[in-house]
Amino acid sequence: MGNMIRIKTPVSTDEVRKLKAGDNVLITGIIYTGRDAAHKRLIELINNGEDLPVDFNGQFIYYVGPAPAKPGYAAGSAGPTTSYRMDPYTVPLLERGLKGMIGKGLRSKEVIEGMKKYGAVYFGATGGAAALIAKSIKKVEVVAYKDLGAEAIHRFYVEDFPAIVVIDSEGNNLYESAPPKYRID
Amino acid sequence: MRQIRAEVIKDTVKDLFIEANYVIGKDIYKKLKEQHEKEESEVGKSILKQIIENDEIAAKERIAICQDTGLAVLFIELGQDVRIVGGDFNEAVNQGVREAYTDGYLRKSAVTDPLFDRKNTKDNTPAIIHIEIVPGDRIKILVTPKGFGSENMSALKMLKPADGVKGVKDFVVETAVKAGPNPCPPIIVGVGIGGTVEKAALMAKKATLRPVGQHNPDERYARLEQEILEEINKSGIGPGGLGGRTTALAVNIEHFPTHIAGLPVAVNICCHAARHAETMI
Repeated sequence: MGNMIRIKTPVSTDEVRKLKAGDNVLITGIIYTGRDAAHKRLIELINNGEDLPVDFNGQFIYYVGPAPAKPGYAAGSAGPTTSYRMDPYTVPLLERGLKGMIGKGLRSKEVIEGMKKYGAVYFGATGGAAALIAKSIKKVEVVAYKDLGAEAIHRFYVEDFPAIVVIDSEGNNLYESAPPKYRID
Repeated sequence: MRQIRAEVIKDTVKDLFIEANYVIGKDIYKKLKEQHEKEESEVGKSILKQIIENDEIAAKERIAICQDTGLAVLFIELGQDVRIVGGDFNEAVNQGVREAYTDGYLRKSAVTDPLFDRKNTKDNTPAIIHIEIVPGDRIKILVTPKGFGSENMSALKMLKPADGVKGVKDFVVETAVKAGPNPCPPIIVGVGIGGTVEKAALMAKKATLRPVGQHNPDERYARLEQEILEEINKSGIGPGGLGGRTTALAVNIEHFPTHIAGLPVAVNICCHAARHAETMI
């Protein structure tokens, strides 16, 4: 297993470039949420030359649609959703300074090329570990698209959010490199 | 004729959906622990540990195991000597779903129209209800909140009779391996063989609900389940898709007579959070 690294958001391109596929990270700071419908709206704004509701420069986006929080809890269960659905929308956000995505599952070639070009990483969070992950979320606010409910853009304040660098800014990809080590032909 | 009030059905459906979303099945929990002991990959082991911890937190604190609390799917066995009184049966089921998802703090993931509107229905209805009429005066209700990370990786193929066992095996293994990390491995693979298009798909979904470790009573199918499981686990995909021996926890096959000209095969993939709960009223 790689090193255990603590990261504080926002991050610089230099910091991101130091992260390597296989590193275990604990993220502290602000992370934004966004999934299908929110991404679609962000890209419409970009295409129309309008400002985005959130400044993604140096920030991470977490692909999640959280469950509602029970009274007394900051967040409801909040595990990662499948990332490839956001692939068509990702590169324009990387162009605008997005430094990391947190999700689960494969990414497209275009997204990986974009990550290499602009300096960004893709983190994997454990699919289904939603109750566990919610423990690291200390504060939740909706910052845009409230009408989308679970799909709205939330601002999470997280402490020691657990993730693994799956694809680094050089394009090294743990989804490709790790399974062959355990493959039996 | 035994009478059952619609309200009892509503309350039962509500309780079952909350329970299924909070508490993982004992069979799955046990299997996850066994695999955690056995897993050779260090990353794979740490992911299985997170999953086990997650399931413990969810059950203890009574919160959702996964944020994708799914579309509401029900398999109902309705005794033919039961009369539903005091309301509409389907509405009672949907009202139970509504109350479970609202009062249980579960995410509402249903949209009105699949292609054009895609507006959230705000109460996770309509439920997908499968009803079978059976002898007797009881109602068995089985609920399964189905998340779409894994549902999206499912597949159906109309094989030729000549494709035989090898054709089935290759298709199921290929579907599970192609899914890679997307369906939150370790997965449970439900397979429906025979019948028609819709019968095969329905059997595949039902097969995901069979307890992990319980095999098809026909030993030929039981052997095939074992062989496919081994093949999938040889892929090295592992927990979370990050490498390891535990890609699938179980392969469950259901079968049904079919047409002389056909061999339908459906594969329904379920994540490790294979949530379901059932009761008899």
